[in-house]
Amino acid sequence: MPVAVKDEVMMDYDPSSPQVMNAFYRRLFPPAKLFTHREFAFTLAGDIYIRYNSFHSADDFKKEVLRLNPSRFEIGPQYSARPRDRKTLATGALQPQRRELVFDIDMTDYDEIRTCCSDKKICRRCWGYIAAAVKVLDHTLRETFGFRHLLWVYSGRRGIHCWISDAAALDLNDDQRKSLVTFLEVVKGSSQQAKKVNVRGGRDDAELHPVLKESLDVLKPEFVRVCLRDQDCFKTERQWEALLSLLPQDREVSSALRSQWQSQPDLSSEERWLDLVSAVGELKKNGKTALFHKYEKAMEDVILQYTYPRIDAEVSKHRNHLLKSPFVVHPGTGRVCVPVNPALAEEFDPETVPTVGELLHELNGIPAESEETKGRKMEDYEHTALKPYVDMFVKHVAAVLRDARMSRKSVIKEENTDF
Amino acid sequence: MFKPTTRHNIPASSDPRLEVKLNKRASGVGSSGRWPYRLNFYDRPPTLDITLEEFETCAISRLRVLSHIESLSHRSLPYAQLSAAISTYLKQHLPLASNTARNVNTDEERRRDEIGHWVLRLAFCRSPDLRSRFVRSETSLFRHRFETDDVSERSAFLRSLQLDWQQVDESEKAMYADQLKGCMAWGSKEDAFRAETWFKVPWYNVPDLVGSRRVFIRGGMAYVPQSQQISLVLQAFSARLEKALELTAKNLPRLDEDERLGPVIDHLAASFLSGLGAAEYQSSENSSGSVVTADMVDDVARKHFPPCMRNVYERLKKDHHLKHFGRLQLVLFLKGIGLPLDEAIPFWRKMYGASMSDDKFNKEYKYNIRHSYGQEGRRANYPPKSSPPSPESSQLVYSRSTRGLHLDPSIRVSSVESRFPSLESRAIVSLFKSFGNLRRIADPSVDPTLTPLPLRSCQQILTQNQPGTQDSHGCPFRHFSPDNLQSFLLSSYPQLERSSPEMRDIMDSVKSAHYHVACTRVFEVTHGLKKGDGLGKDAESVSHPNKYTDRSRELEREKLDALKPKEEADDLMQG
Ligand code: SF4
Ligand SMILES: [Zn+2]
Repeated sequence: MPVAVKDEVMMDYDPSSPQVMNAFYRRLFPPAKLFTHREFAFTLAGDIYIRYNSFHSADDFKKEVLRLNPSRFEIGPQYSARPRDRKTLATGALQPQRRELVFDIDMTDYDEIRTCCSDKKICRRCWGYIAAAVKVLDHTLRETFGFRHLLWVYSGRRGIHCWISDAAALDLNDDQRKSLVTFLEVVKGSSQQAKKVNVRGGRDDAELHPVLKESLDVLKPEFVRVCLRDQDCFKTERQWEALLSLLPQDREVSSALRSQWQSQPDLSSEERWLDLVSAVGELKKNGKTALFHKYEKAMEDVILQYTYPRIDAEVSKHRNHLLKSPFVVHPGTGRVCVPVNPALAEEFDPETVPTVGELLHELNGIPAESEETKGRKMEDYEHTALKPYVDMFVKHVAAVLRDARMSRKSVIKEENTDF
Repeated sequence: MFKPTTRHNIPASSDPRLEVKLNKRASGVGSSGRWPYRLNFYDRPPTLDITLEEFETCAISRLRVLSHIESLSHRSLPYAQLSAAISTYLKQHLPLASNTARNVNTDEERRRDEIGHWVLRLAFCRSPDLRSRFVRSETSLFRHRFETDDVSERSAFLRSLQLDWQQVDESEKAMYADQLKGCMAWGSKEDAFRAETWFKVPWYNVPDLVGSRRVFIRGGMAYVPQSQQISLVLQAFSARLEKALELTAKNLPRLDEDERLGPVIDHLAASFLSGLGAAEYQSSENSSGSVVTADMVDDVARKHFPPCMRNVYERLKKDHHLKHFGRLQLVLFLKGIGLPLDEAIPFWRKMYGASMSDDKFNKEYKYNIRHSYGQEGRRANYPPKSSPPSPESSQLVYSRSTRGLHLDPSIRVSSVESRFPSLESRAIVSLFKSFGNLRRIADPSVDPTLTPLPLRSCQQILTQNQPGTQDSHGCPFRHFSPDNLQSFLLSSYPQLERSSPEMRDIMDSVKSAHYHVACTRVFEVTHGLKKGDGLGKDAESVSHPNKYTDRSRELEREKLDALKPKEEADDLMQG
C-alpha cells in the first residue's frame, strides 16, 4: 500500500458511505450472542427503518447486516415469539419478555447547566457531567440494587448508555423497571421549573433517603470539580441568580449575598459558593437552627440538581424500547459506540474514540506477514484501535454467560431434589 | 376442546402431589387438611369432583364479587365505607368464615371459593387486559380478606406459605440503624425503631415501596418493615397469579372451543369486560312482584324506570312506534316487571294507537310479543354438533383433535399427559383433570321445552346490537352524546340539577366508560340515597334494568309501609 495516499484514503472513509459500513461490519463488528426471539431494528440509508427483524444465529444476523448494510441498528427485547413471524401470530402473541435494563444519559439534558458547549456539541470538559453521572449511577446500581453485569457504552455523540445483563435485570417486568426508575429519578421537571429536585416528600427540611444521601456523598467532590471549578456554573449574574432562586428567600442571607455579589462581578463560582457556606454557617452560630436546616437541605438539593444523573426515564421503563447497539457507528460523527470503563469514566475523551475511517485505514496498513501470529489467525479488529474495547466487551459477555450457566445448573439441581 | 366421554374414573396419576382428591361428603364440618386456612393463595389446582352446575354457580358468585369490587373501586369511596361495602356483599355472595366460626361448613365455603377462582382463571387468562383486571380485583379481594382475617390464623397462614422473607437480625439492624430510621415515618421515636422488625426481600418484589422510596435498599434487597408487610403479601399473591395465568393462557389455547364450557366462559369474560357482574336476574316474585296492569305502566315508568327504559318508553309514547330492538328491549323489560301477557297485548295495542291497523298488529306484532313471553316459537333443537345430555355423569377430556366435537370414549385422562409432552407445567395438566371431571347435569339451554326469551341485562344492552341513528334502544349513558345525555337526564329525573356535584359525578363516570356507575349514581340521587349506597342494599351497583326497577319499587314500598299502621301493612302483604 503506497504510503503517499494515506491521508486521501482517510478522507474517503465517510461513515454515511455504504462501502465503508460494509467493510466495517464485515471485518470489525464483534460477534455477539443472539437470541432467536430478539428484535433488531435496522436504519437503512435514506432513513428507512425496519423493525421486528430476528435471526436464527449470529451468522444469519451478520449475513443480513452485510446485505442490508444499515447505517445503524438498535436492539430490542426478547419476545414471546419470533418477532419476524409477527404477521402470522395471533394478536397479543408477541409480547416483550426479557430485556437488559438500560439507561440513557444524554448531554442535551444538561444544556441549562453546562457552560462550554451546547446542542449537539460535546467536549472533554462537559463530559465531566457524564463522568459524574456514571460514577454515581454505577455505584447505586451495584451497591444498592445489587447488579453486577453493567456495560457502559459511549453513544457515539454526546451521551452514554448502560446495559445491565444480570438475570434479575433481564427478568424485570415493566412495573418493576418503572419503580426503579422512579426511585432514581431525582432531577425532574421542565425548563420552566427552577427547582428540579424534590425528593423530600414535600417537606423542605426532611432528610434524604439514605441511598440518596450516599449518592450525595459521592457527588460532593464532583460538584466542586465540575461545577464550581471547571464549568464555573455560578459566574455570571444570571447564573448566580439561578442559584439563589433555588434557596429559601431569607433577607439576611439571600438578599445580603445578592447585593454583595452584584458589586463583585469577578468572583469565581467557588468563591461565591464559599460565601454562601459561611453565610449559612452564621445562621447556625446565631441559633437560627430551623432556617439553617432549610438552607442546608436546599444546598444539598442544589448539588443534586447540578450533578445527579439526568436519565431519560422512558428508555428504561419499557422492555420494548429500542436502544442503539454497542459497536455500531454513529452516522453523524463516524465514531464507534465503544464500551467505557466506569472506573475511568473521567479520563474518557469522546474526541479520541476511534472513527470508522481511522479503523479501516488501520486495516489497510496490516502487513500481510503478520496474519499468522503464534499459530493463530488474528481477527481483523485485533490490528486496530478497537481491540481494547472489544476485549472489554468480550470480558463482559463472558461474565454474563458464566453467571447464566451457573444459575441454570442450580435450577436443575433444585428440580432434582424436588421429587 | 373438552370432550364428553362416558368414563367415570380418573386414572391414577403418577404424581401423588396432584392427586389430592377429596370427597366433600367424607369430610365433615370444620376445617380440614385441604383447607386449613381461610386465606388461600390458590397455588395448587383443585382435583375435585364438581358438577357443571357448580362450575357455573361458583364462578358466577365470584364474578359478581369481583365485578362489584371493581366497580366500587371506581367510585373512590373512603376506605372504611369501601371495606364495609365489600364485607356485606361478600357475606351474601361468597361467605368465607374463619376456623373459629360455629355452625358453618367451612370446608364447603372454601371449596366453593376455590372452584370459583379456578374457573375464572380459565375465563380470564386469555388476554393481557383480562388477566390484569382479574389479577387486580382478585388481589383486592384477597387484601380485604387478609385485612379482616383473624390475627393468629393469618400469621399461621403466612407461615404456611413459606415465603422466602429473611428476617433482618439484630446485628444487621444495628449496622443499618441510621438508614432504617431514615426510611421510617418522619419523627418516629427511638422505641418505635427498637420495636420494629424488618424483612429482607429482593427489591423487585415490592415495586410500590421502591418507587415511593419508602424502604431502604442494599445489595438488591429491600428492607421492609413489618408495618408494610401487606405490600409483600399482596405482591407475592399477584405475582404468582399473574405467572399462573400466563401459563394457563399458553397451555390451554383452545379451551374456548369446548361446546359446553365455551359459552359459560365466554359469558363470564364478557360480563366482566363490560364492567358488570354476570347479572343473572331472577324476577323477584315476592318482593315487588305485584302484577302491573296496562294502565299502571305510565305511572311506574315515571317513578321507577332506569334511563334506558325511560328513553324507549318516551319514544314509544311520542312516536307510537319503535324499531325492532327498541321493542324487544321494552317488551322483555315489561315482562320482567310483572306485566302479564294478557295485559301486554292491550298495552302495546294502545301504544301503537291509530297509526296501525288491528290487522297489522295482530299479524305482525302480537306474534312477537307472544314469542317474547314464550308462547310461540319452534322447539329448541339441539345444535347439530352437540350431543344430548346423558343422564349419568360423563367425563370431559381435553383433546386437540381437530376433527370436531364428537364422543371419543377411548381418550383417557392419563393419555393427556403423554399427548402433550410439551406442556411445561404439570399443574396445568392437573387442571384439565379437575375440570375434566365435570359431571353433566340437566342443562337448561338444551331443555327441549319452549323457553321464553331471557331478560336483557345491562351488559347485553351495553354491548349487543349497537343502535343506529334511527334507533332508540341501548343505554343512554353509553349511546348518547354527553350533551344529549345531560338534557335527557335533566328532563326525565327532576331530582337532578345541572352543574350540581352529582351531575358532575355522573358525567365523569360516563367519560371513563363506567356506565353502570353513572346509572347507579342516578339511582342514588333520585332515591334520596347517599353516594356509595348503590341500590340501597349491599351498595350493589346497577347491573340489570329490572333490578333497578325492582329496587326502586321496593324502596317505595318500604317508605309506604313505614307510614301505614301495622295491621294494614300486614294485610297488604297477604293481599
Ligand atoms: S346502566 Fe343498565 S339500567 Fe342503567 S340505563 Fe344503562 S342499561 Fe339501563
Ligand atoms: Zn463542552
